[in-house]
Amino acid sequence: MTIAHHLDDATVLRYAAGDLDEAFAIVVSSHVAMCDQCRKAVRDAETAGGLLMEDVSPAPLGEGAFERMMERIETVGEEGSIRAKAKPPAPAQPGLPAPLARYIGSSLEDVKWRTVAPGVRKCDISLPTKTGSSLFLLQINSGMSIPEHGHGGDEMTLVLKGAYRDEFGRFGAGDIADLDEHIEHQPHVEPDGPCTCLVAAQTPTRFRGLLMRLLQPVFGI
Amino acid sequence: MPDKKPGTQMAGAAASLAIDRRGGINLAAYHRDLLARMADGRDRDAFREIFEYYGPRVKSWLVKSGSDSALADDLMQDVMMTVWRKVDLYNPKYGAASTWIFTIARNARIDRLRRSSSQPYLDVETIELASDEADGEDETFANQRAELVAEALAELPDEQKQVMELAFMEDLAQSEIAEKLSVPLGTVKSRMRLAYGKLRSKLEVLQ
Repeated sequence: MTIAHHLDDATVLRYAAGDLDEAFAIVVSSHVAMCDQCRKAVRDAETAGGLLMEDVSPAPLGEGAFERMMERIETVGEEGSIRAKAKPPAPAQPGLPAPLARYIGSSLEDVKWRTVAPGVRKCDISLPTKTGSSLFLLQINSGMSIPEHGHGGDEMTLVLKGAYRDEFGRFGAGDIADLDEHIEHQPHVEPDGPCTCLVAAQTPTRFRGLLMRLLQPVFGI
Repeated sequence: MPDKKPGTQMAGAAASLAIDRRGGINLAAYHRDLLARMADGRDRDAFREIFEYYGPRVKSWLVKSGSDSALADDLMQDVMMTVWRKVDLYNPKYGAASTWIFTIARNARIDRLRRSSSQPYLDVETIELASDEADGEDETFANQRAELVAEALAELPDEQKQVMELAFMEDLAQSEIAEKLSVPLGTVKSRMRLAYGKLRSKLEVLQ
């Protein structure tokens, strides 16, 4: 898979530091699962995190801290240990990275799609923790355009299947559009098939219903 | 920074080597060997050394992240127990001991302090372990990368180092960093990009 659009550098650092909420972390980890380059970038940022952690002045632990922990390990037993090497993950459907499959199941076709506008289907993904962001799948028919729009907050779009094109180029499977709120764009889905994306978006109260506003205009070709 | 805890004792000649060369890459190599001994033989002495070095640092880091001392002790224990249990999954090819232990501590911070989920990170780790990337990477390569990252960090201008520390150590969100420093969010983002750019340009010699 050739990936042309990667994570913003600031996003790599935020992900490595654990600053992204669950919705954005799922989109980023799904991209990272597909992209060797960003996986390495995250690793480098985590290396920086490890060095910064090593550099703190150590806090005293109190007498016998190690022994107390070993007692805990013995009480619980070693069943939690991972003695075998990690098993390979179940072969994921193409375009369905493992971090996403955990939330939506094993097939993009089997999720509960609902039509939100002609040619546009959406599936909200509910998360166990409440965040200020929403996470959803969007499937847009081939040849369609979305009116030019900005975003009410940060937004990340990962293409899972198909492709679209906008001012920033062509976004195919594995590409991520890591946009901040100031960017406006007008995506056109390529003619050879529908485009399925995973989107995380901040939900600013002022712009509630933004998506619907976007999708309402005469949406066809 | 000096280790303030006089009670910390490391046994054996190898340990004194690590102390002599503290801060150098040999300490990293020594820690990697300790993890290997833990994985191969469930070596408790090796684990004790890892615990005595990283335990106080993980705890201090958790306190900086906003945890009180008792919770930090508890979480530190969880982190170190995970180190013991998952040591077979540590692959030196993907980074130093400190990198790996950092990711475990960060995941604990996400799960317990932020009350979110570290599952996406764990899934990526599984994929990484399963993929046998024929990328010519090995331990030496990982060590070189770690050295260059350390150099880049040391050379960062103060205001970039500061945003890195606030994000990684104090667990502040971008918006909180902006508030704390009384600068616009965009400034925080651009400082982070500059900081990462420094890392990237250092690492380019290896690409």
